[in-house]
Amino acid sequence: MTRLVVGPFNRVEGDLEVTLYVAGGVVRSARVNSPLFRGFERILEGRDPLDALVFVPRICGICSVSQSSAAAQALASAAGVTPPPNGRIAANLILAAENLADHLTHFYLFVMPDFARDAYRDRRWHGHTHARFRAVEGEATRELLPARAAFLELMGFLAGRWPHTGSVQPGGTAQPVQAAQRLRMIARLTAFRNFLESTLFGDSLEAIDALDGAAALDAWRGRGDRGDFRRFLAIAEDLDLARLGRASDCFVSAGNYPQASGRHFAAGVYDGALHRFDPSAITEDLTSAWMSSPEAVEHPARGTTEPDADKPGAYTWCKAPRWNGRVVEAGAIARQVVDGHPLIRDLVAAQGGNVASRVVARLLEIARVVPAMERWARELVPGEPYCHSAPMPADAEAVGMVESARGTLGHWLTVRGGRIERYQIVAPTTWNFSPRDRHGTPGALEQALVGTPVAPGERVPVAVQHVVRSFDPCMVCTVH
Amino acid sequence: MAETLELVWLQSGGCGGCTMSLLGADVADLVGQWRGVGITIGWHPALSEASGAEAIDRLDDYASGRREPGILCVEGAMLRGPNGTGRYHAMAGTGRPMTEWVAAIAGRARYTLAIGSCAAWGGVACAGANLTDACGLQYEGALRGGLLGADYRSAGGLPVVNVAGCPTHPGWVVDTLMAIGLGGYSPADLDSLQRPRLYADQLVHHGCARNEYYEFKASAAKPSDLGCLMENLGCKGTQAHADCNLRSWNGEGSCTDGGYACINCVEPGFEDPGHPFAQTPKIAGIPIGLPSDMPKAWFVALAALSKSATPRRVRENSRADHLVVTPSARRSPPK
Repeated sequence: MTRLVVGPFNRVEGDLEVTLYVAGGVVRSARVNSPLFRGFERILEGRDPLDALVFVPRICGICSVSQSSAAAQALASAAGVTPPPNGRIAANLILAAENLADHLTHFYLFVMPDFARDAYRDRRWHGHTHARFRAVEGEATRELLPARAAFLELMGFLAGRWPHTGSVQPGGTAQPVQAAQRLRMIARLTAFRNFLESTLFGDSLEAIDALDGAAALDAWRGRGDRGDFRRFLAIAEDLDLARLGRASDCFVSAGNYPQASGRHFAAGVYDGALHRFDPSAITEDLTSAWMSSPEAVEHPARGTTEPDADKPGAYTWCKAPRWNGRVVEAGAIARQVVDGHPLIRDLVAAQGGNVASRVVARLLEIARVVPAMERWARELVPGEPYCHSAPMPADAEAVGMVESARGTLGHWLTVRGGRIERYQIVAPTTWNFSPRDRHGTPGALEQALVGTPVAPGERVPVAVQHVVRSFDPCMVCTVH
Repeated sequence: MAETLELVWLQSGGCGGCTMSLLGADVADLVGQWRGVGITIGWHPALSEASGAEAIDRLDDYASGRREPGILCVEGAMLRGPNGTGRYHAMAGTGRPMTEWVAAIAGRARYTLAIGSCAAWGGVACAGANLTDACGLQYEGALRGGLLGADYRSAGGLPVVNVAGCPTHPGWVVDTLMAIGLGGYSPADLDSLQRPRLYADQLVHHGCARNEYYEFKASAAKPSDLGCLMENLGCKGTQAHADCNLRSWNGEGSCTDGGYACINCVEPGFEDPGHPFAQTPKIAGIPIGLPSDMPKAWFVALAALSKSATPRRVRENSRADHLVVTPSARRSPPK
């Protein structure tokens, strides 16, 4: 057995180290280390509850709004307020804009450049992939960045700026979109749709959403040659990416985008059957984390954050969240399989969560959410209220759960005497990149890496890169 | 044209938000624009291909002088804890504290830039008890020193350039790099806190869309109100050194446009203001944070006068989330 330490992983958000134990040309076991600790949960203690809206977005620059949204939901629950329709819709638009910008960034800047590597120079698709997607210099970067920046101009209308807005409030949103701004937002959404349909999909968003299974996806791919999605699918088939990176195949989603009743994407846990999602079934296991605690397993509502860099047997700053004791996977694939989209249900039934199906789910989600955003923008009624007052009680316990681009995010808040007594966060990559728990059960990425091929002498195994990036990790959220 | 400079970007105790902000720059071709002034990307964690051992080799080349780091950009605070070991951030694949990597490369860099308030002063990582013993490159809060020390000068003869902000505006980074690439960047281009004067000579108040409400002290009472955010909701735009309302963010936005207070995120120590961020601290009803360069007596007199002269339109709109009274249309042409 050879031990191989791989890191830093660039083109992930934050710093990541993976230790691989390799034998017979494949990974036999893996340990995932999140090497950065910052201590936000401790920073929040003792502060005014609304100060969370300043600190939590700064946990993460790429999931900034998701953090704000989870905090705002927890604070709204504590205050017992419900945003007015405009505020609810605007908050959904803000979160959706971040989530889709992240999906797009991930595909173009983080995933595709790996296929432009010299390791693939013998593949028939390498030439145009290198020209289009190679890191920094590829032509796709020059197309993506302006399209992304123009899309994020939605944030200027809805949230002042991105990242790190203060517009997302417990009572709604603080930037009341006026009539002319609403028109310009709708125009930005049209421009974004045009970019997606011409450059990413080479087809209408509705045609992508209508794909109802693996057979339909294959048939669609064969019907044309336009779009970067098809380019990915061709590479995925040639490299058999569906055989890489399978984890626990148990998927969690808190549901996303609150509607007048329920959520636009449903909540649940899916393992072939659909289970009810209940935040009280979440625990965090601290066995392998450099954290000392009275109990090895804590519910986040009673959680602690006490760093201990010398703790024996620990190997990461990341805690190990479990759902009813099980290792679950979060992300777009989890959201879409829980929501019951037939394409993702079919892909998961065939080969589970893997490098290919995770990427497909992310792009499918772009195609599904943009039409919803177009509808939401039309539903805004300038002149009607955007935000209710939300006076904070002196004492409260509350939880806020949202879906960020990378998956399920929860904030657990305790207020005593008008101050934050406890603040605990479980982020998407905390789920996905969790270490071993007290039973020795590895986390989702640790499971997904087992069986990944490592060529002799390969210092930076390219298949390992694919598996890691397929989760779209956000390490700064993971340990916060 | 100055010579070619390789850009090396490192991230430590921060959120990556300054990189995300930068990628939203309103320019047609970010990489091409830098290339035009002789700046190439040697290493950036969100953009570069090289990973793992390849990346370590490249960074080691910069640290040892085999390759010249032209411009070192550091994002995120320097985490010196626990107990001075730097183990709150050991760079992946090396087990070596990121503080050592930064110090080694900064020792050879032509220019060293702190990107964002974390790298400049320590920022939010320092908040409260500063659990991770965080600091900035050349400051610890408002005190000069930090990781590199008060006397540090990069090979180009400059102290650390503090492109502060939480996050930084993409334009501040783009413009500063352009100015460096064009040559002749000097200490005269920096303000007293070593921030680029190209944005730090302005105040967030300049160009704020709420200025008429400010003039009449017609103030917002709750989030989403259109009125001035200074009197009640904690806004420090009249003291904050940045051009957020002249440049705009994400097209047409800014924090004050977004309906929330400027928290003066370009300033050392902004993370611990000593009061809830969304409440203005006052003594006898007067905000204790007065506009820059304004004597208190004048402010008090002007505020009293302007409040007594507030037009009904301005007063009523200030407490609403849309215009309830529009400016009256004149029957005769404006004089």
